[in-house]
Amino acid sequence: MTGNFFYFLTFLTLFAAIGVVVSKNPVYSVLFMILTFFALTGHYILLNAQFLAAVNFIVYMGAIMVLFLFVIMFLNMREDTEQHKPVLSKIAAAIAGGILFVVMIAALKDVNTQMTTTAVFDSQIGMVENLGKVLFRDYLLPFELASVLFLAAMAGAVMLGKREPGEQNRF
Amino acid sequence: MELSLLLIKGLIIFAVFGITLLIATYSTYAERKVAAFIQDRVGPNRAGPFGLAQPLADAVKLFFKEEFVPANANKFLFVAGPSLAMLTACMSSAVIPFGGTLLIGGEYIHLQAIEVNIGILYIFGVVALGVYGIMIGGWASNNKFSLLGAIRAASQNISYELAMGMSIIALLLVTGTLSMRDIAAQQGQEIFGVSGMNWNIIYQPVGFLIFIICAFAETNRVPFDLPECETELVGGYHTEYSSMGMGLYLFAEYVNIFVASAVMATLYFGGYNFPFMHQLGLPHNVVTILGTVVLFAKIFFFIFFFMWVRWTLPRFRYDQLMNLGWKILIPLSILNVIITGGAILLKAELF
Repeated sequence: MTGNFFYFLTFLTLFAAIGVVVSKNPVYSVLFMILTFFALTGHYILLNAQFLAAVNFIVYMGAIMVLFLFVIMFLNMREDTEQHKPVLSKIAAAIAGGILFVVMIAALKDVNTQMTTTAVFDSQIGMVENLGKVLFRDYLLPFELASVLFLAAMAGAVMLGKREPGEQNRF
Repeated sequence: MELSLLLIKGLIIFAVFGITLLIATYSTYAERKVAAFIQDRVGPNRAGPFGLAQPLADAVKLFFKEEFVPANANKFLFVAGPSLAMLTACMSSAVIPFGGTLLIGGEYIHLQAIEVNIGILYIFGVVALGVYGIMIGGWASNNKFSLLGAIRAASQNISYELAMGMSIIALLLVTGTLSMRDIAAQQGQEIFGVSGMNWNIIYQPVGFLIFIICAFAETNRVPFDLPECETELVGGYHTEYSSMGMGLYLFAEYVNIFVASAVMATLYFGGYNFPFMHQLGLPHNVVTILGTVVLFAKIFFFIFFFMWVRWTLPRFRYDQLMNLGWKILIPLSILNVIITGGAILLKAELF
């Protein structure tokens, strides 16, 4: 049952991810990307990581992708207005992507998939309470540093978006 | 035993779904009656006794109208928009506990469709997803007014989600759990010797105020109905929609109102708990059924409140909306989180 779910979700993930790249219309690309994140949320639930699933759902599907869609709708890009890229950049992109693919395969080739034995594995490790305890007890310093980083990024975004004195509205 | 348990769960899910749709249907009737009452009119009174068959007549009318698709609209997304709006609206009532436990044949049965230990986050996520229906429909119409409505909906939802999330964080500091069932059960504890009165509104009055304002914005209701502002945008995101496409958008709004009312009643106003619930000495099942009735009374009050506000307040201007969201509600909600955390620490130190 769970195995079938896994294969279905994997199929959905790959199908949607390919759709993101192949679609001519940018809005379709964003919608496929939302579907990809939806399928990934399903994977998290299969791994019994409910909190991670919910956060992925809220942050990526609910907030970040809305902003993506927002920007693309604002620019109102359509199939007919899309600029065609030169052949050279297409070839360069294909080579770069292919090299990344090879590196990924090389890195993942020797991964030991039998790291955990079912006897000692704690299936509740992905629950909110356990995750909170680990984050705020064992990994407190990295967690706090990450939040400082986020704060800096947020302040930077606000500074960039702020209108300078005397600057006219460009729209 | 396994099969009967599955059957009971299925029955509860069907009941929750049916009740959601039924209440949304009669909310359209109630809205007109409330509007009529506030404006000193009679309201719908032709179809059936007191006009009670009016929602049915509306649905029949919408079904038999022409389903018009504009020539340059994106056909697939034009249909997908309202469908998505309806789908996400119906998904969110799944985790709300509509009552305590019924004791049938020695088995405790929870009156809740699905229990997940991240119930609040589930609702929050599904509500966040609801904006896609509006955005896709507005964009696919290939109409400038629709597009403006869709973009307004997106920016409004993102702005108010932040404050809403912060007010929920303050609530979570008090309750210490993300599960809707546990939050509802906690509010049934005793306070000053009165059982069933330990409501979160006592601890989080500011949080509730922020939450209800954000709930109005998230459901696109007056005074935050800028996405369908007819004085500026013709009809907003559903300008090009007719027949059931329009019907689904309007209906999804009422389903959202019901869910928002149920969430507010559960999170802040005690859920299915009522004063003196354990001191009356009533049997377990009677208390549960009374609790469900009380919960629905609270939900109906909040639905009425939504309508009351709609026919009382004028609409915000768009810059006022953004100022309220970013410059007032978000700082206030962050302050609320800090004060709540400080109060919990102080309580742990002193008592």
